[in-house]
Amino acid sequence: MHEISVQLTVNGQAREATVEPRLTLADFLRERCHLTGTHLGCEHGVCGACTVLVDGAAVRSCLMFAVQADGAEVTTIEGIGSPDGDLSTVQAAFRDCHGLQCGFCTPGFVVSVTAFLRDNPNPTDREVREALSGTLCRCTGYQGIFNAVRQAANQAADTGRGGARS
Amino acid sequence: MKPAPFEYHAPDTSADAVNLLAELGDGARVLAGGQSLIPMLALRLAVFEHLVDIGRIPELKGIERRDGRLRIGAGTTDAAVEASADVTSTVPLLTRATPFIGHFQIRSRGTLGGSIAHADPAGEYPAVALTLDASMEVVSPRGRRTIAARDFFDGLWSTSMGPDELLVGVWFPIWSGRRGFAIEEFARRHGDFAIAGATVGVELDDDDRIRRCAIGLIGLGSTPERAGAAEVELTGRPITEVEPEDIGRLAVAGLESIPADQHGSAEYRKRVGAAMVARAWYAASAEARHA
Repeated sequence: MHEISVQLTVNGQAREATVEPRLTLADFLRERCHLTGTHLGCEHGVCGACTVLVDGAAVRSCLMFAVQADGAEVTTIEGIGSPDGDLSTVQAAFRDCHGLQCGFCTPGFVVSVTAFLRDNPNPTDREVREALSGTLCRCTGYQGIFNAVRQAANQAADTGRGGARS
Repeated sequence: MKPAPFEYHAPDTSADAVNLLAELGDGARVLAGGQSLIPMLALRLAVFEHLVDIGRIPELKGIERRDGRLRIGAGTTDAAVEASADVTSTVPLLTRATPFIGHFQIRSRGTLGGSIAHADPAGEYPAVALTLDASMEVVSPRGRRTIAARDFFDGLWSTSMGPDELLVGVWFPIWSGRRGFAIEEFARRHGDFAIAGATVGVELDDDDRIRRCAIGLIGLGSTPERAGAAEVELTGRPITEVEPEDIGRLAVAGLESIPADQHGSAEYRKRVGAAMVARAWYAASAEARHA
Protein backbone atom coordinates (compact mmCIF):
# COMPACT_ATOMS: atom_id res chain seq x y z
CA MET A 1 0.00 0.00 0.00
CA HIS A 2 1.29 3.42 -0.89
CA GLU A 3 2.16 5.74 1.92
CA ILE A 4 1.04 9.31 1.59
CA SER A 5 2.65 12.52 2.71
CA VAL A 6 0.53 14.83 4.85
CA GLN A 7 1.03 18.31 6.20
CA LEU A 8 -1.15 19.73 8.91
CA THR A 9 -1.05 22.16 11.78
CA VAL A 10 -1.47 20.72 15.25
CA ASN A 11 -1.92 23.17 18.12
CA GLY A 12 -0.34 25.89 16.00
CA GLN A 13 2.69 23.81 15.05
CA ALA A 14 3.30 22.58 11.49
CA ARG A 15 3.57 18.79 11.23
CA GLU A 16 4.64 16.77 8.25
CA ALA A 17 4.69 13.01 7.96
CA THR A 18 4.37 10.10 5.59
CA VAL A 19 1.59 7.79 6.67
CA GLU A 20 -0.31 4.70 5.69
CA PRO A 21 -3.80 5.73 4.52
CA ARG A 22 -5.39 3.56 7.21
CA LEU A 23 -3.71 5.51 10.04
CA THR A 24 -6.46 7.32 11.92
CA LEU A 25 -6.03 10.94 12.91
CA ALA A 26 -6.18 9.74 16.54
CA ASP A 27 -3.24 7.37 16.07
CA PHE A 28 -1.38 10.05 14.12
CA LEU A 29 -1.75 12.50 17.01
CA ARG A 30 -0.77 9.97 19.67
CA GLU A 31 2.00 8.05 17.91
CA ARG A 32 3.50 10.52 15.45
CA CYS A 33 2.97 13.78 17.33
CA HIS A 34 3.28 12.16 20.80
CA LEU A 35 0.22 14.08 21.92
CA THR A 36 -1.22 11.38 24.14
CA GLY A 37 -3.89 13.58 25.69
CA THR A 38 -6.23 12.44 22.92
CA HIS A 39 -7.55 9.19 24.36
CA LEU A 40 -8.79 6.17 22.46
CA GLY A 41 -11.65 4.26 24.04
CA CYS A 42 -13.84 2.42 21.59
CA GLU A 43 -12.10 3.31 18.30
CA HIS A 44 -15.36 3.19 16.39
CA GLY A 45 -17.02 6.49 17.13
CA VAL A 46 -19.16 5.74 20.16
CA CYS A 47 -17.30 6.92 23.27
CA GLY A 48 -16.10 10.38 22.23
CA ALA A 49 -12.84 10.25 24.21
CA CYS A 50 -10.80 11.01 21.06
CA THR A 51 -12.65 14.21 20.14
CA VAL A 52 -10.44 16.96 18.71
CA LEU A 53 -11.09 20.16 16.75
CA VAL A 54 -10.47 19.99 13.00
CA ASP A 55 -10.70 23.44 11.42
CA GLY A 56 -12.68 24.41 14.51
CA ALA A 57 -15.27 21.62 14.35
CA ALA A 58 -15.41 18.97 17.08
CA VAL A 59 -14.87 15.57 15.43
CA ARG A 60 -14.07 12.01 16.45
CA SER A 61 -10.41 11.59 15.56
CA CYS A 62 -10.91 7.81 15.37
CA LEU A 63 -13.46 8.31 12.57
CA MET A 64 -11.09 10.22 10.35
CA PHE A 65 -7.91 9.17 8.62
CA ALA A 66 -4.81 11.33 8.96
CA VAL A 67 -4.74 11.65 5.15
CA GLN A 68 -8.17 13.30 5.32
CA ALA A 69 -6.72 15.94 7.64
CA ASP A 70 -4.04 16.96 5.13
CA GLY A 71 -4.00 20.76 5.13
CA ALA A 72 -6.22 21.04 8.19
CA GLU A 73 -5.73 22.84 11.48
CA VAL A 74 -6.12 20.49 14.43
CA THR A 75 -6.49 21.41 18.09
CA THR A 76 -6.09 18.69 20.72
CA ILE A 77 -6.59 18.87 24.48
CA GLU A 78 -2.94 19.94 24.74
CA GLY A 79 -3.86 23.08 22.76
CA ILE A 80 -6.93 24.02 24.80
CA GLY A 81 -5.23 25.58 27.83
CA SER A 82 -2.64 28.33 27.57
CA PRO A 83 1.01 27.37 26.87
CA ASP A 84 2.11 28.49 30.34
CA GLY A 85 -0.19 25.93 31.95
CA ASP A 86 -3.19 28.05 32.87
CA LEU A 87 -6.43 26.15 32.46
CA SER A 88 -9.09 27.30 30.03
CA THR A 89 -12.47 28.39 31.42
CA VAL A 90 -13.91 24.98 30.57
CA GLN A 91 -11.00 23.08 32.11
CA ALA A 92 -11.18 25.17 35.31
CA ALA A 93 -14.92 24.56 35.53
CA PHE A 94 -14.39 20.78 35.26
CA ARG A 95 -11.87 20.98 38.12
CA ASP A 96 -14.14 23.18 40.27
CA CYS A 97 -17.25 21.06 39.76
CA HIS A 98 -15.64 17.61 40.08
CA GLY A 99 -16.41 16.99 36.44
CA LEU A 100 -13.84 14.20 36.34
CA GLN A 101 -12.67 11.26 38.37
CA CYS A 102 -10.37 8.90 36.48
CA GLY A 103 -9.92 11.45 33.71
CA PHE A 104 -9.97 9.07 30.78
CA CYS A 105 -12.96 10.67 29.05
CA THR A 106 -12.07 14.22 30.14
CA PRO A 107 -10.11 15.34 27.04
CA GLY A 108 -13.09 14.42 24.85
CA PHE A 109 -15.50 16.25 27.12
CA VAL A 110 -13.35 19.37 27.39
CA VAL A 111 -12.75 19.62 23.64
CA SER A 112 -16.43 18.96 22.85
CA VAL A 113 -17.69 21.45 25.44
CA THR A 114 -15.21 24.08 24.22
CA ALA A 115 -16.67 23.84 20.69
CA PHE A 116 -20.24 23.62 21.97
CA LEU A 117 -20.04 26.76 24.11
CA ARG A 118 -18.26 28.68 21.36
CA ASP A 119 -21.20 27.94 19.01
CA ASN A 120 -23.92 28.15 21.67
CA PRO A 121 -22.69 30.39 24.48
CA ASN A 122 -26.02 30.53 26.29
CA PRO A 123 -27.44 27.00 26.14
CA THR A 124 -30.54 25.65 27.85
CA ASP A 125 -30.13 22.73 30.27
CA ARG A 126 -31.60 20.42 27.66
CA GLU A 127 -29.11 21.61 25.05
CA VAL A 128 -26.25 21.01 27.49
CA ARG A 129 -27.45 17.45 28.17
CA GLU A 130 -27.77 16.76 24.46
CA ALA A 131 -24.30 18.14 23.79
CA LEU A 132 -22.88 15.88 26.51
CA SER A 133 -24.67 12.81 25.16
CA GLY A 134 -21.97 12.21 22.55
CA THR A 135 -19.29 11.42 25.13
CA LEU A 136 -19.31 8.57 27.62
CA CYS A 137 -18.13 8.81 31.23
CA ARG A 138 -18.15 5.74 33.50
CA CYS A 139 -17.22 7.50 36.78
CA THR A 140 -18.99 10.73 37.45
CA GLY A 141 -22.63 10.05 36.71
CA TYR A 142 -22.44 13.20 34.55
CA GLN A 143 -23.85 15.60 37.18
CA GLY A 144 -20.45 17.16 37.87
CA ILE A 145 -19.85 17.46 34.14
CA PHE A 146 -23.22 19.09 33.62
CA ASN A 147 -22.49 21.55 36.44
CA ALA A 148 -19.10 22.31 34.91
CA VAL A 149 -20.69 23.25 31.58
CA ARG A 150 -23.21 25.49 33.38
CA GLN A 151 -20.41 27.19 35.32
CA ALA A 152 -18.30 27.70 32.19
CA ALA A 153 -21.27 29.14 30.31
CA ASN A 154 -22.15 31.48 33.18
CA GLN A 155 -18.54 32.63 33.57
CA ALA A 156 -18.23 33.34 29.87
CA ALA A 157 -21.49 35.33 30.04
CA ASP A 158 -20.25 37.31 33.08
CA THR A 159 -16.95 38.04 31.36
CA GLY A 160 -18.83 39.15 28.26
CA ARG A 161 -21.05 41.52 30.26
CA GLY A 162 -18.06 42.83 32.22
CA GLY A 163 -16.26 43.52 28.97
CA ALA A 164 -19.25 45.38 27.62
CA ARG A 165 -19.42 47.63 30.71
CA SER A 166 -15.76 48.63 30.77
CA MET B 1 -4.48 0.94 13.26
CA LYS B 2 -7.52 -1.22 13.05
CA PRO B 3 -8.78 -1.07 9.45
CA ALA B 4 -7.21 -3.37 6.86
CA PRO B 5 -4.81 -1.65 4.46
CA PHE B 6 -6.25 0.19 1.45
CA GLU B 7 -5.11 2.51 -1.31
CA TYR B 8 -6.30 6.08 -0.89
CA HIS B 9 -7.48 8.32 -3.72
CA ALA B 10 -8.55 11.93 -3.33
CA PRO B 11 -9.87 13.27 -6.66
CA ASP B 12 -10.85 16.92 -6.83
CA THR B 13 -13.71 16.66 -9.35
CA SER B 14 -16.76 14.39 -9.62
CA ALA B 15 -15.65 13.40 -13.12
CA ASP B 16 -12.29 12.15 -11.81
CA ALA B 17 -14.05 10.35 -8.96
CA VAL B 18 -16.37 8.35 -11.22
CA ASN B 19 -13.56 7.55 -13.65
CA LEU B 20 -11.63 6.13 -10.70
CA LEU B 21 -14.66 4.12 -9.56
CA ALA B 22 -15.08 2.71 -13.08
CA GLU B 23 -11.39 1.85 -13.32
CA LEU B 24 -11.04 0.31 -9.85
CA GLY B 25 -14.24 -1.75 -9.98
CA ASP B 26 -15.67 -3.76 -7.11
CA GLY B 27 -12.75 -3.29 -4.74
CA ALA B 28 -13.39 0.44 -4.45
CA ARG B 29 -15.70 2.30 -2.13
CA VAL B 30 -16.60 5.98 -1.90
CA LEU B 31 -15.52 7.66 1.35
CA ALA B 32 -17.74 10.65 2.13
CA GLY B 33 -17.87 11.80 5.77
CA GLY B 34 -16.88 8.33 6.92
CA GLN B 35 -19.08 8.30 10.01
CA SER B 36 -20.67 4.96 9.03
CA LEU B 37 -17.96 3.57 6.77
CA ILE B 38 -14.97 4.08 9.07
CA PRO B 39 -16.57 2.22 12.04
CA MET B 40 -17.31 -0.66 9.65
CA LEU B 41 -13.69 -0.61 8.48
CA ALA B 42 -12.41 -0.40 12.07
CA LEU B 43 -14.47 -3.43 13.07
CA ARG B 44 -13.49 -5.11 9.79
CA LEU B 45 -17.12 -5.65 8.92
CA ALA B 46 -16.08 -4.20 5.58
CA VAL B 47 -12.76 -4.37 3.73
CA PHE B 48 -11.99 -2.46 0.53
CA GLU B 49 -8.84 -2.34 -1.55
CA HIS B 50 -9.44 1.28 -2.53
CA LEU B 51 -11.17 4.22 -0.90
CA VAL B 52 -12.11 7.16 -3.11
CA ASP B 53 -12.36 10.17 -0.79
CA ILE B 54 -14.87 12.69 -2.19
CA GLY B 55 -14.27 15.14 0.67
CA ARG B 56 -11.96 17.29 -1.44
CA ILE B 57 -14.41 17.91 -4.28
CA PRO B 58 -15.67 21.50 -3.88
CA GLU B 59 -18.57 21.08 -6.36
CA LEU B 60 -20.20 18.52 -4.05
CA LYS B 61 -20.78 21.08 -1.29
CA GLY B 62 -23.50 23.68 -1.09
CA ILE B 63 -27.18 24.42 -0.65
CA GLU B 64 -29.18 26.34 -3.26
CA ARG B 65 -32.73 27.01 -4.42
CA ARG B 66 -33.07 26.20 -8.08
CA ASP B 67 -36.10 25.60 -10.32
CA GLY B 68 -38.50 25.75 -7.37
CA ARG B 69 -36.64 23.04 -5.47
CA LEU B 70 -33.87 22.89 -2.91
CA ARG B 71 -30.67 21.25 -4.12
CA ILE B 72 -28.19 20.07 -1.54
CA GLY B 73 -24.77 18.94 -2.70
CA ALA B 74 -24.08 15.38 -1.62
CA GLY B 75 -20.93 16.38 0.27
CA THR B 76 -22.69 18.99 2.41
CA THR B 77 -22.22 18.15 6.08
CA ASP B 78 -25.11 17.43 8.42
CA ALA B 79 -23.91 20.40 10.50
CA ALA B 80 -24.22 22.71 7.47
CA VAL B 81 -27.74 21.41 6.76
CA GLU B 82 -28.68 21.92 10.41
CA ALA B 83 -27.42 25.51 10.44
CA SER B 84 -28.87 26.60 7.08
CA ALA B 85 -31.67 29.19 7.19
CA ASP B 86 -32.49 28.30 3.55
CA VAL B 87 -33.15 24.70 4.54
CA THR B 88 -35.34 25.74 7.47
CA SER B 89 -37.48 28.04 5.33
CA THR B 90 -37.89 25.64 2.39
CA VAL B 91 -37.59 22.05 3.69
CA PRO B 92 -38.10 22.32 7.46
CA LEU B 93 -38.38 18.54 7.84
CA LEU B 94 -34.65 18.29 7.06
CA THR B 95 -33.81 20.83 9.76
CA ARG B 96 -35.91 18.93 12.29
CA ALA B 97 -34.53 15.52 11.32
CA THR B 98 -30.85 16.47 11.51
CA PRO B 99 -30.46 16.70 15.33
CA PHE B 100 -31.52 13.02 15.52
CA ILE B 101 -28.39 12.01 13.59
CA GLY B 102 -25.77 10.72 16.02
CA HIS B 103 -24.21 13.52 18.04
CA PHE B 104 -22.91 16.94 17.05
CA GLN B 105 -19.38 15.58 16.73
CA ILE B 106 -20.69 13.08 14.15
CA ARG B 107 -22.68 15.75 12.31
CA SER B 108 -19.47 17.81 11.87
CA ARG B 109 -18.22 15.15 9.44
CA GLY B 110 -21.26 13.19 8.29
CA THR B 111 -22.78 14.26 4.99
CA LEU B 112 -26.29 14.28 3.54
CA GLY B 113 -25.24 12.35 0.46
CA GLY B 114 -23.20 9.86 2.47
CA SER B 115 -26.21 9.06 4.64
CA ILE B 116 -28.52 8.65 1.64
CA ALA B 117 -26.05 6.54 -0.35
CA HIS B 118 -25.41 4.38 2.74
CA ALA B 119 -29.19 3.76 2.72
CA ASP B 120 -29.61 2.61 6.29
CA PRO B 121 -33.32 1.93 6.88
CA ALA B 122 -32.97 3.52 10.32
CA GLY B 123 -31.22 6.62 8.94
CA GLU B 124 -32.94 9.99 9.06
CA TYR B 125 -31.96 11.44 5.67
CA PRO B 126 -33.03 8.39 3.64
CA ALA B 127 -36.45 8.55 5.34
CA VAL B 128 -36.79 12.29 4.73
CA ALA B 129 -35.75 11.89 1.07
CA LEU B 130 -38.35 9.15 0.58
CA THR B 131 -41.08 11.04 2.46
CA LEU B 132 -40.62 14.20 0.41
CA ASP B 133 -40.15 12.40 -2.96
CA ALA B 134 -36.66 13.80 -3.37
CA SER B 135 -34.64 13.10 -6.53
CA MET B 136 -31.08 11.83 -6.50
CA GLU B 137 -28.72 13.32 -9.05
CA VAL B 138 -26.03 10.76 -9.90
CA VAL B 139 -23.02 10.93 -12.19
CA SER B 140 -21.05 8.18 -13.91
CA PRO B 141 -18.54 8.14 -16.78
CA ARG B 142 -21.60 7.67 -19.04
CA GLY B 143 -23.22 10.91 -17.92
CA ARG B 144 -25.75 12.22 -15.45
CA ARG B 145 -29.15 10.86 -14.47
CA THR B 146 -31.81 11.37 -11.85
CA ILE B 147 -33.30 8.62 -9.69
CA ALA B 148 -36.57 9.14 -7.79
CA ALA B 149 -36.33 8.28 -4.10
CA ARG B 150 -38.94 5.50 -4.47
CA ASP B 151 -36.65 3.78 -7.01
CA PHE B 152 -33.43 4.55 -5.15
CA PHE B 153 -33.58 2.45 -1.96
CA ASP B 154 -33.73 -1.17 -3.13
CA GLY B 155 -32.61 -3.15 -0.10
CA LEU B 156 -30.74 -3.13 3.19
CA TRP B 157 -27.80 -0.68 2.75
CA SER B 158 -28.40 -0.97 -0.97
CA THR B 159 -29.36 1.49 -3.70
CA SER B 160 -30.08 1.32 -7.42
CA MET B 161 -26.87 3.22 -8.20
CA GLY B 162 -24.32 1.33 -10.25
CA PRO B 163 -20.80 0.67 -8.91
CA ASP B 164 -19.36 3.51 -11.02
CA GLU B 165 -22.09 5.99 -10.11
CA LEU B 166 -21.67 8.78 -7.58
CA LEU B 167 -24.47 10.62 -5.80
CA VAL B 168 -23.65 14.30 -6.37
CA GLY B 169 -26.78 16.12 -5.24
CA VAL B 170 -30.25 15.65 -3.77
CA TRP B 171 -33.24 17.69 -4.95
CA PHE B 172 -36.01 18.30 -2.43
CA PRO B 173 -39.44 19.57 -3.53
CA ILE B 174 -40.54 22.69 -1.66
CA TRP B 175 -44.06 22.40 -0.27
CA SER B 176 -46.03 25.61 -0.17
CA GLY B 177 -49.30 26.72 1.37
CA ARG B 178 -50.62 25.48 4.70
CA ARG B 179 -48.14 22.75 5.43
CA GLY B 180 -46.73 21.09 8.50
CA PHE B 181 -43.89 18.63 9.08
CA ALA B 182 -42.71 16.49 11.95
CA ILE B 183 -40.31 13.70 12.80
CA GLU B 184 -40.62 11.49 15.88
CA GLU B 185 -38.26 8.77 17.01
CA PHE B 186 -37.97 6.47 19.96
CA ALA B 187 -34.44 5.47 21.00
CA ARG B 188 -33.14 4.31 24.36
CA ARG B 189 -30.46 6.98 24.29
CA HIS B 190 -30.31 10.21 22.33
CA GLY B 191 -28.25 9.69 19.18
CA ASP B 192 -28.74 5.93 18.95
CA PHE B 193 -30.45 4.47 15.94
CA ALA B 194 -34.17 4.61 16.64
CA ILE B 195 -36.12 1.50 17.56
CA ALA B 196 -38.74 3.05 15.30
CA GLY B 197 -39.51 6.49 13.95
CA ALA B 198 -41.79 8.35 11.60
CA THR B 199 -41.76 11.41 9.39
CA VAL B 200 -44.91 13.25 8.33
CA GLY B 201 -45.67 16.03 5.89
CA VAL B 202 -49.22 17.34 5.49
CA GLU B 203 -50.70 20.15 3.40
CA LEU B 204 -54.22 21.51 3.93
CA ASP B 205 -56.58 23.46 1.71
CA ASP B 206 -58.48 26.50 3.04
CA ASP B 207 -61.29 24.28 4.33
CA ASP B 208 -58.90 22.21 6.45
CA ARG B 209 -59.09 19.25 4.08
CA ILE B 210 -55.93 17.24 3.49
CA ARG B 211 -54.67 18.26 0.06
CA ARG B 212 -51.68 15.94 0.28
CA CYS B 213 -49.78 14.04 2.89
CA ALA B 214 -46.70 11.85 3.16
CA ILE B 215 -45.83 9.41 5.92
CA GLY B 216 -42.36 7.88 6.18
CA LEU B 217 -41.32 5.02 8.46
CA ILE B 218 -37.86 4.75 10.01
CA GLY B 219 -36.29 1.43 11.04
CA LEU B 220 -39.33 -0.66 10.17
CA GLY B 221 -38.11 -2.53 7.09
CA SER B 222 -35.03 -3.30 5.03
CA THR B 223 -35.39 0.15 3.48
CA PRO B 224 -37.10 3.34 4.64
CA GLU B 225 -40.82 2.88 3.93
CA ARG B 226 -43.81 4.99 2.92
CA ALA B 227 -47.24 4.32 4.38
CA GLY B 228 -48.89 4.60 0.96
CA ALA B 229 -52.25 3.05 1.91
CA ALA B 230 -52.65 5.43 4.84
CA GLU B 231 -51.79 8.41 2.64
CA VAL B 232 -54.45 7.45 0.08
CA GLU B 233 -57.00 6.96 2.83
CA LEU B 234 -56.27 10.41 4.27
CA THR B 235 -56.11 12.55 1.16
CA GLY B 236 -59.21 14.72 0.75
CA ARG B 237 -60.51 14.13 4.27
CA PRO B 238 -61.11 16.97 6.74
CA ILE B 239 -58.17 17.02 9.14
CA THR B 240 -60.47 17.39 12.15
CA GLU B 241 -61.99 13.95 11.47
CA VAL B 242 -58.65 12.17 11.55
CA GLU B 243 -57.58 10.40 14.74
CA PRO B 244 -53.76 10.24 14.92
CA GLU B 245 -53.86 6.82 16.64
CA ASP B 246 -55.91 5.39 13.78
CA ILE B 247 -53.38 6.72 11.28
CA GLY B 248 -50.58 5.14 13.29
CA ARG B 249 -52.22 1.71 13.24
CA LEU B 250 -53.04 1.97 9.54
CA ALA B 251 -49.51 3.15 8.64
CA VAL B 252 -47.82 0.05 10.09
CA ALA B 253 -50.50 -2.48 9.17
CA GLY B 254 -48.97 -3.71 5.93
CA LEU B 255 -45.33 -3.93 7.05
CA GLU B 256 -43.78 -7.31 6.33
CA SER B 257 -40.07 -7.15 7.06
CA ILE B 258 -39.77 -5.38 10.40
CA PRO B 259 -36.34 -6.06 11.93
CA ALA B 260 -36.02 -7.80 15.29
CA ASP B 261 -32.96 -7.76 17.53
CA GLN B 262 -31.93 -7.37 21.17
CA HIS B 263 -33.50 -3.91 21.25
CA GLY B 264 -36.97 -5.13 20.39
CA SER B 265 -39.11 -7.72 18.62
CA ALA B 266 -40.84 -6.98 15.32
CA GLU B 267 -44.19 -6.78 17.11
CA TYR B 268 -42.82 -4.27 19.63
CA ARG B 269 -41.25 -2.15 16.91
CA LYS B 270 -44.53 -2.14 15.04
CA ARG B 271 -46.35 -0.75 18.10
CA VAL B 272 -43.66 1.85 18.68
CA GLY B 273 -43.84 2.76 14.98
CA ALA B 274 -47.60 3.28 15.19
CA ALA B 275 -47.13 5.55 18.20
CA MET B 276 -44.41 7.55 16.41
CA VAL B 277 -46.66 8.02 13.35
CA ALA B 278 -49.48 9.20 15.61
CA ARG B 279 -47.25 11.72 17.38
CA ALA B 280 -45.71 12.99 14.15
CA TRP B 281 -49.15 13.26 12.55
CA TYR B 282 -50.45 15.19 15.53
CA ALA B 283 -47.54 17.66 15.43
CA ALA B 284 -47.51 18.12 11.65
CA SER B 285 -51.26 18.60 11.38
CA ALA B 286 -51.27 21.11 14.26
CA GLU B 287 -48.59 23.08 12.45
CA ALA B 288 -50.48 23.00 9.14
CA ARG B 289 -53.74 24.11 10.77
CA HIS B 290 -52.07 27.15 12.29
CA ALA B 291 -50.14 28.02 9.12
